[in-house]
This record gives sequence, structure tokens and C-alpha cells, in this order.
Amino acid sequence: MTLAAASTQAFPVLGMLVVLPLLGAAAVLLLPRSRVELVRPVTVLFMSAAAAVAGWIIVEYPVASGGFEMIVDQPWVAAWGISWKLGVDGISLFLLALTALLFPLGALAVDPGHDHKAYYVWLLLLEFGCLGVFSALDLMLFFLFFEVVLVPMYFLIGQWGHGNARYSAVKFFLFTMFGSALMLVGILATAFLHASATGGPLTFDVVEIAQAQSLATTTARWIFLAFALGFAVKVPLIPVHTWLPDAHTDAPTAGSVILAGVMLKLGTYGFVRFGLYLFPEASRFFAPLMLTLGVVGIIYGAVVATMQTDFKRLIAYSSVAHLGFIILGIFALNTTGLSGGLLQMVNHGISTGALFLLVGFIYERRHTRAISELGGLARPAPVLAMTFMVVMLSSVGLPGLNGFVGEFLVLLGAFEAHRWWAVLATAGVILAAIYLLWAYQRVFHGPARGENATMSDLRWREGLVLAPLLALIIFLGVYPRPVLDRMEPSVDALVVHMEAHDDPAGVDTAETEPAP
Amino acid sequence: MPQVDWAALLPQYFLGGGGLVLLTIGSLLRRRLPSWFATAFSAAAALGALGGVIWLWIRVQDPARGAFTTIAGTIGIDGFSVFLSGVVAVSVLLAAVLASGSLRRQGLPVDEFCVLLLLSGAGGVTMASANDLIVLFLGLEVLSIAAYVLAALDLRRGASQEAGLKYFVLGAFASAFFLYGVALLYGATGSTKLGLVAEFLAGGGAESNALLLGGMALLLVGLFFKVAAVPFHAWTPDVYEGSPPVAVAYMSAGVKAAGFAALLRVFNAALGANAADWQPIVYAIAALTVLVGATLAVVQSDVRRLLAYSSISHAGFILVGVEAATDAGVAGSLFYLGVYAFLALGSFAVVTIIGSGPEGRQSLDAYDGLAKRSPALAAAFGVLLLAQAGVPFTTGFWAKLEVIGASVEARSYWLAAMAMLGAVVAAFLYLRIVVRMYLTAPSDGSRPAVSRSAGFVVAVCAAVTVVFGIVPGPLVEITNDATIWLGG
Repeated sequence: MTLAAASTQAFPVLGMLVVLPLLGAAAVLLLPRSRVELVRPVTVLFMSAAAAVAGWIIVEYPVASGGFEMIVDQPWVAAWGISWKLGVDGISLFLLALTALLFPLGALAVDPGHDHKAYYVWLLLLEFGCLGVFSALDLMLFFLFFEVVLVPMYFLIGQWGHGNARYSAVKFFLFTMFGSALMLVGILATAFLHASATGGPLTFDVVEIAQAQSLATTTARWIFLAFALGFAVKVPLIPVHTWLPDAHTDAPTAGSVILAGVMLKLGTYGFVRFGLYLFPEASRFFAPLMLTLGVVGIIYGAVVATMQTDFKRLIAYSSVAHLGFIILGIFALNTTGLSGGLLQMVNHGISTGALFLLVGFIYERRHTRAISELGGLARPAPVLAMTFMVVMLSSVGLPGLNGFVGEFLVLLGAFEAHRWWAVLATAGVILAAIYLLWAYQRVFHGPARGENATMSDLRWREGLVLAPLLALIIFLGVYPRPVLDRMEPSVDALVVHMEAHDDPAGVDTAETEPAP
Repeated sequence: MPQVDWAALLPQYFLGGGGLVLLTIGSLLRRRLPSWFATAFSAAAALGALGGVIWLWIRVQDPARGAFTTIAGTIGIDGFSVFLSGVVAVSVLLAAVLASGSLRRQGLPVDEFCVLLLLSGAGGVTMASANDLIVLFLGLEVLSIAAYVLAALDLRRGASQEAGLKYFVLGAFASAFFLYGVALLYGATGSTKLGLVAEFLAGGGAESNALLLGGMALLLVGLFFKVAAVPFHAWTPDVYEGSPPVAVAYMSAGVKAAGFAALLRVFNAALGANAADWQPIVYAIAALTVLVGATLAVVQSDVRRLLAYSSISHAGFILVGVEAATDAGVAGSLFYLGVYAFLALGSFAVVTIIGSGPEGRQSLDAYDGLAKRSPALAAAFGVLLLAQAGVPFTTGFWAKLEVIGASVEARSYWLAAMAMLGAVVAAFLYLRIVVRMYLTAPSDGSRPAVSRSAGFVVAVCAAVTVVFGIVPGPLVEITNDATIWLGG
């Protein structure tokens, strides 16, 4: 079982990564009122520092390791056995990197037109929460981070959003909180049942609980459902997805980028780390249900996206479809599908993040998101149109770009495990091509009328922000090996772990006699 | 003459004695006292009581000395009683500070308020440390009668008189239920001393089960009234709306803590052996209280009524800890009470600030755009509200974790799940206020006048909420130590 703690490091580099945004938030708060012009640079500085640390972690991460690295473990609430335990493995590595990359880009890309301290403090706190979720190895710590991201996002949408922002912010908050309400009960039940089955002290240590597998089969299934509800809302899966189009559409551009790029992955990552790893048998038991929801999401998201008249809403619904693919890959429960799902999480973050940025740029210029009011933009803004096309094709899954690799692996994995679901999902690939290409055609082709004809092209600053994303889109499409090499040992270990604990009879005996 | 450990009654001296002294001085030197005197005196008395509480805590936690009873076993000093005495003393302290600014602005008598506050606090401390049903009843009455008058303090307003009368009539009813329950319990077990009751029940059970069950039921009704559990909650919104907000701040923190002290002491300690008899009732009431409180709060438009229903919902959460009937459940309830005291005091302190304008506006509209008009106040209130919603890294989260954890540990999964769903509904109502403060344009540019005392209380409460939200360890340890009960 190589998933166990593999190494601890002298310097808590992971702790530094998580804490940097928090320090940034403190620094921004302490800036004197007379120097508001420094707010944005300081924010970007701290976010870039976090990105640099994330890069360092990728370099330092031992490629062949399948276990948790760079572990930080500080006791926190001793009476509850809760500790600040952070660690990174191949599954979380690139999600951490994606988070650290998208935040500074989001903050840099769009000038929100104000210097509100609070806006940047919330962004930094949001990054703190997201990095925390991806690195927490303590169930309760994970839950704290998972919940706390609601508050910054709520304020970002509500205070700086467009349209019906208040409604969307409250809806987002309540939906997500509803999902995680039962998860807290599930987490507590897991910890208490684990403690009473093993006779040890109360602990929320993910590795320890996952290795012991001390829960009875039926219990584990119930608890899995409690967890799954929380993750399903975040992902989001049909039918708890209705907050997503509202939140994504009404959020400010940076908020949409983060929502789509990072926060949706909190749910899918949760399924992998806390669903599959903690409850292997229950995950396999409910896999058909999850696969079905995933496929429904793919088709439904695609069909609804086709019907949208709002450009941002269209991309929001395309996320529903893409996340369906990720769920399909994860619940294929084999190395191919899981690797594809993980890769697709990163890909979706990059391409949808870039799409929202581009839509944000267009919105800044034209102050509308209605597709019908746009048109012929390729003429006044050829570079923007070209960039948009590359990103869109990556989202569609064109071979040679990043989206293809992930989608292909997902479908391959799903086909090996559950043939018919894969067949249905493939239809989603075609639908994605339809709605995105059609939208592209309506927005960029045709005659440019009125204000559309005079729209300015991509500025240097905007181009610089998009450059790393474009580079990643092409790099990951042509040569995904470095990423897959680091993911696969961890995914293999997870699959082995799941197979080892897949025998319900074996799990039952584990409850009657305490595990060694 | 029973043997008396005089030092064990330190908090009572400061609060009860302080109240009587202030009453005497106040009536003799009415005109000649400086205006700050009553506040300073009662704050000093509350601080003294707090000092006594700390001294007793050290004494009780010392393994060589431990918990003890005094005055022929009617007063029990253990971790539980000392902790809740501390909560009551803190409530009195902060309410007294709050009163100095807000009452004077409304033209209400500060010295009467302080006298009643101290006396009520003395009753609360007595309830927390009562080890005999009769003493418990005495404490309850001292606490309640002072609180009835506090509710009616704003004589010129009909609503305040109505609140006082309503509180009094229903409270008196509840006391009667409670007293009848005491009588039946005495008939069933042969003693009013909680230790002897517990011993008797553990030893083999009552002669007549009907008497015991009847007594339990009546005691529950009486105490559910006091802690405002659904369906015995109907008085709360009216009283919270009509009474002066300072009095409400104290009621929702101190009176609630004292009520739960009685509930926990009588049921979890004395009747702990018969938990199977009362648990189902508490189970149903807890679920009802959380859900009904949260749901009705959502439709309120007056902040005081909204917070009243929210306090009902919180009482439901504390009942979830009671229902667990374990030490962890008691510790969870205590943790919740300690945390909620600050949340409630801070929130009502904000209500006194916003409602203290010339027209005393209490509708939600008064909070429109508060973040623009007074950013610091809005931020502090935001913290207090989000903590009540149970957002991580605030004390509110740990309070929920403590009671829900105890409930899950006791395998009451469905109750825990229902309570969490109630928390989501409740989150909506706190967001309603946050939306008003942050996401709504101000109707006018007027800055609320924050008196120094009220600002201090809000700041303290918000600071406690955040600091112990990030470092909850000490508070968890203290409440775990506070479940060192007096043995039998």
C-alpha cells in the first residue's frame, strides 16, 4: 500500500504554499488607505509567489512516488484529534498548480475598474481555501476549507457581480451549504465509527481511516451518499446543478474564472480523494449511478448550452457537460479513466478559465454578453478571434490540443469498464463541437455591425495573461507525458487500494475484529 | 445549622450582594450619583463574580480537592456549575457595559436596570450551582422575576409593557409546571436533592413509574418554556421585540444559559439513569426547535423578531447536545452556550446601535448599505452572523461540530442530519442581513452613532468569535473539563 505517507520534508513548502495567500490578505488589509493603487500589485505579488512555490513543488515532487509527499502535520484541536495535516500526491499536485496559476491570471487579467481592498482580500482568501482543500489530509480540515470558500465567493459574486448578482450569490451559498450539511454528519460518523472499530483515539486522518477500512459495508454506503451529495452540488451533477449557470453568469470575470477553473474541481477532487479512497466498496457499488449522472450531465449540459443566448451562460452550461466527462472518467474506476478524469480536471480549468477570460474581455469592450448583439468580431479583433478559436477547439477536444488527451483517456477508460455509457458519452463530444462552433460562428463570423466593427483587439497585457494558458493548451496536447508520469503512480496506487478493499465480506470482518 | 463553605458562594455575593448594595445606594443617593456609577459598579461586581468563578474553577479542577457540595448538599460546585456561572457573569458584565450607552440614550433608568441585572445574574448563578430542586426553583424565580421587570423596563412603550406581562404570565405558568414536576418527582423518589434522586434511580427505580414519568414530563415542559423550545416558544418573539434590546441581549445569553443549566443538571445528571424515558421527547423537540425556529425566522422583517427565532433555532442545537445524554453531549451543549452568549450579546449590541436612532428603526431596512455607512460595524456584525450560520474558522462552526459530533457519537444520525438541514435554512436568514448590509445600496448616508460602550461590546464579541474560531482548543478543553459532574 504505497498510498501511505511516503516522506516528510524539513521545510514545510506545502504549508508555505497554502499560507502565502493568507499572508497576502493580511498585507492587503494593512495597506494604508492613501496607497490604494498598491492593492492590486500586492495581491498579484503574493499570488505569483504562491504560483512560484507551486512550480517549485512540481519540480521537487518525486516522479515515481505514488504516496503523499511534503507532509506537514501540526496538531490543532487535540481533544477532537484534528490536525493541520497537508500533503500532496500525483492526484492533487496539478490541481494545486492549476489553482496557483489561475488566481494571479484572474487577478491580473481583468481590471475590475476599482481598487476595493475587500475584492482582493476575498480573492486571496478564496485562494487560501482552494489550496487548502487540495492539500488537506485531515477530513475535518478538508471540510473547513471546503466550507470556507463559500464566503469569499459569496461576496465576490454578490458585491462585484453583474445582473441578478444578489440572487445568484445567495443561491450559490445555500446550495453548496445544503450539500455539505450532511457531509459533516458523514465525516463525523466516519471518524467515530473508525475510532470505535479500531479502539484507537478519535482521528480524522484520511490515510489512517482509508487504510483501516473499518466501516461495515452498509454504513460505508450511507456515508458515501452523504459525501457524494456534498461533492455533487460542487461539481455540479444534475439535478443539483441549477446554481451553476446563475453563479457563473453573474460573477465578475475573475470570479467566473476561479469558479469554473478551480472551484468545480473541489467536487470532483473530493470524489477521488474522499469518495474512492475512503469508501472503495461503496464507490464501486454506486458507480453505475454516478456514471449515469455523469452521462446525463454530458448530454443535458450540451443540449442546454446549445440553446443559450447569453455567451457566458453558454460556457457555464458547457462546464456541466465537461464535468460530466470527468465524473465518467473517475467512476470508470480504472487507471486509464481516472488519469483521464484528473487530466481533464486540469484541462477544463485551463480552457474554461481562458474562455471566461476571453468572454470577460469582450464584455469589457462591448458591455453585453448576448450572442445576438455580437457578430463579426473576427474582423476588428483578429488576434482575439484566433486565440478564442484555439481555446474553443481545446474545449471541444481537438486532437493536438489538451482537451483531446483527457477526453480520449476518459472515454477509453469508460469503454473498458462500462461500454454503453462510453458510447452515449461520445455523443456529447459531437454536441460540444456543435454548440461551441455555432457560438463561435455567431460571435466572430459574419458582418460586423455597429459597435462590433470598431471593437479593439487584444491588448498586450491581456495577451500576456493568456499566453501561459495557450502554451499549456498546446504543450499538454502534444506532450502530456510529464503530467501523466506524475499522476499515474498515485492513480495506480488508488486503483490497487480499491481492488484490495473491494470484497464486502472482507470489510464486514474488519468491523468485528479491530484492524491491526 | 448545616455546614457552609462560604467561599463556594463567591459569585453569588458579588452578583446578589452587589445588586442589593447598588439598590440601597441608588435609592439613598439618587440625585447625587454620577451617571457612570451604576454601570461601573455592576461591571465591577460582574468582574468580581468572574474572579470568584476563576478561583472556584482552579479549586474544582485541582484533583486533590475536586467537586464538592455545601449547605447540606443543596449547592453543588463542580466544573459544570462553575463554567455556566462564568457564562452568566460574562453576560451580566457585557450587558452592564452595553446598558450605559444605550439605555441613557433611550431615556431609561440605568441604575434600576443594573440592579435587576445583577439580581437576575445571582439567580442564574444559583441555578447553575443548584444541587437541589427547591434551590433550583429559587434560583429560577430570582432570575425570572428580575427578567420580567427588565422586559417591561421601557414603561412608556406599550410594546415593552406587553412584553413584560406576556413574559411574566407565561413564565409563571412554566414555573408552576416546573414546581408541580418537582412535587411529583419528590413523590416518586423521596428526595428533592439531585444527588439522592440520581442514587435512588440508579439503585433500582421508582416505586411508581407514573409519578416519575409525570414529574419528568412536567419538569420538561417548565424548562422547555424557559429555554424557548418549540412548541413552548411563542413568547420569545414578542418579548424580544418589545423589550429594550439591552435586556434582550442579556436574556438571550444569560437567561438561556441558566435555563439550560437547569435542564442539563436535572435531566443529564439526576435523571441520567432514565435517559431512555426522556430522550425520545428531547429528540423530537430538538428537531422541531431547530427547523421551526429557522423557518419562521426567514419570514421576519423585524430584526429583533428575526434574532428571536434564530435564538430558538440555536436552542434546538443545544438540545441536540442534551439529547445525546453523554458527557460529550453535555460538553457540546456547554460549548454552544458559551459561544452563543457572545454571538447573541454582540448581535443585540448591534441592534441597540442601529435601533437607537431618533425613530428607533428595527426593520431590516435600517441595515441597508451598512457596509458603506459604517464598515467596521458591518464587518463585526457580519462576523457574528456568519458565525451563527456556522461558517468555518469561527466559534459558531465549532459549536455546531461539538453538538453534532456528540449526537453522531450517540448514533442519533437522523437528528444530526435534521439539525444540519436546519442550519442551512438558518444560514439563509443570516445571509438576508448580510445582503442588506453589503449588497444593498444605503437608503440614506446617515452613519449610525456607535457609542463607545456598545462598540466595545461588539468588538469584544467579534474578537472572541474569530480568535476562538481559529484556536478553539482551549475552549474545547475547558468544556470537556466542565463535565466533571458531582458524583451521585
